[in-house]
Amino acid sequence: MLSFIVRRLLIAIPTLLAIITVCFFLMRVAPGGPFDAEAPVPPEILANMRAAYNLDKPLVQQYADYMLNLARGDFGPSFKYKDFTVTELIGQGFPVSAQNGLAALVLAVLIGVPLGIFAALKQNTAADYTVMGFAMTGIVVPSFVMAPVLILIFAIGLKGTPFQLPAGTWEGGAFEHRILPVFCLSLVYIAYLARITRASMIEALRQNYVRTARAKGLPFRTVVVRHALKTALIPVVTFLGPGIAFMLTGSMVIETIFQLPGVGRYFVQGALNRDYTLVMGVTILSASLIITMNIIVDVLYGLLDPRVRYE
Amino acid sequence: MNSGSSLNLSSPHGAALTAAEDIQGRSLWQDAWRRLLANRAALVSLVILVIVGFACFALPHFLPWTYEQIDWDRMEATPPSIETGHYLGTDTLGRDLLARALFGGRVSLTVGLLATFVALVIGVTVGTIAGFVGGRVDQALMRFVDFMYTVPLTFFVIILMVLFGRNFILMFLAIGCIEWLTMARIVRGQTLTLKNKEFIEAARAVGGSTAAIIIRHIVPNVLGVVIVYVTLTIPQVILIESFLSFLGLGIQEPMTSWGMLINEGAAEMESTPRALLVPAGLMTLTLFCFNFLGDGLRDALDPKDR
Repeated sequence: MLSFIVRRLLIAIPTLLAIITVCFFLMRVAPGGPFDAEAPVPPEILANMRAAYNLDKPLVQQYADYMLNLARGDFGPSFKYKDFTVTELIGQGFPVSAQNGLAALVLAVLIGVPLGIFAALKQNTAADYTVMGFAMTGIVVPSFVMAPVLILIFAIGLKGTPFQLPAGTWEGGAFEHRILPVFCLSLVYIAYLARITRASMIEALRQNYVRTARAKGLPFRTVVVRHALKTALIPVVTFLGPGIAFMLTGSMVIETIFQLPGVGRYFVQGALNRDYTLVMGVTILSASLIITMNIIVDVLYGLLDPRVRYE
Repeated sequence: MNSGSSLNLSSPHGAALTAAEDIQGRSLWQDAWRRLLANRAALVSLVILVIVGFACFALPHFLPWTYEQIDWDRMEATPPSIETGHYLGTDTLGRDLLARALFGGRVSLTVGLLATFVALVIGVTVGTIAGFVGGRVDQALMRFVDFMYTVPLTFFVIILMVLFGRNFILMFLAIGCIEWLTMARIVRGQTLTLKNKEFIEAARAVGGSTAAIIIRHIVPNVLGVVIVYVTLTIPQVILIESFLSFLGLGIQEPMTSWGMLINEGAAEMESTPRALLVPAGLMTLTLFCFNFLGDGLRDALDPKDR
């Protein structure tokens, strides 16, 4: 297993390098620059600004410098947030995104998986159809529709009632201000988890070893929890791996709608402002997280299902 | 039929013959069509999609207002009214909500269809070649697909859109280029199972080239799976497009799409919830229908999966 992990890590490094390289050169060959949006400045000042950000050097030199700095954990200065480095911005934004993502993830697992098991055990009954109907809604209705609608209901419609929830404010992350964004963030995952758990649970309940366990007289509850659930969780883990990475790096939509100071919003702002270094920083962060999570998922496979061999 | 009716129908042999002649061979597609028609949800979805498509592409020509026309008498959000011709009212700039929602739908649907077509072409080409040729080619292509899976592609689409201008053509090309991966995997899997069938061997025996066999024999046989997947890809593309446009990274003014309308509607939802609910409702309805239709098609075309 150790050699499997090492090998996967060795493949991960060139992958990440390729992503960084493609990203870097795409940014540099594209027409327009980060200083386009500002009021026109005399060419001398523009030249100075470009020099200050090393944009006047040859492309290869810029690339080498960037990679060297990156190796030291320095993502470079932000082009738009003048007084900050990208490392500082990510340092501020990532905890916000990660906390919300983690909360949403816990919520999604706590609601989604039991819902899926419940639907599987009540297969083809009204209860099953209701749960799956909700799940379908959660999957189909995108977060940028769900979030405004929930704001419309809880922040505007219920104004003046005890159920009113704040939206679009952060206040340093007070509990109240997190409820709506975290709930919106988790909805789609609840829906997917319920669907995936249901499908794999139904599949698992049909297996011979489950029948054997029932036949030797184990209580149904034990069979479900100890035998069926373990196999049924494999697809759930596969889905959660990349899901966690996306959640931790922040949902661009949710953070934009609720104006949360997370990395997802920084990415959108950076993209709109052509803040090259910021956009690259966030991209590298999520790419590394996704790759790491995929490796962890592959390792977990083997732990959940002994039939899986590490090749 | 005609020859059957001339036979002596009173004799048992004649009756049997008539019946035999009435039985027509049913193709896989006819079978699938019948199963689809039997699926209430899928059928209703298909009808709704046709209506939505017709409304988005044809109806704007018959409305009294166009999507970008400002009604100078009403420079504010006005409620629906038959007299003014604003059947669903106007937005805060006095533009007709119905016309905008339908035009936005036209853009979203067009991007959805075109990007899916791009994904279809790349996915089927890569999938059939990888599966049929096999060996090193297969290895190389599939490693590339694996690699692409680990790349956060949405980020790349956003970077592309920002760098090279937010235009319509780039948009569907870029989305198409990230949506083909799963298609390629599915098609490759199907091709592998077809590859060793007798009819392929026969085609080879009569001297068919690899390209000819792929086009004439493999592609038509993977079409069933491909159609199912296409129906499920279209809503995904519409979602990506709307997501980008919602963030202000997609379609540009004066063009509009569902995502952009939802963004505009969300900004003024406190005073006019209509501006949010009309485009959001229309888009959600469309997405639902595509999903039900896709599920129905999967049941219809893949009977063993039921």
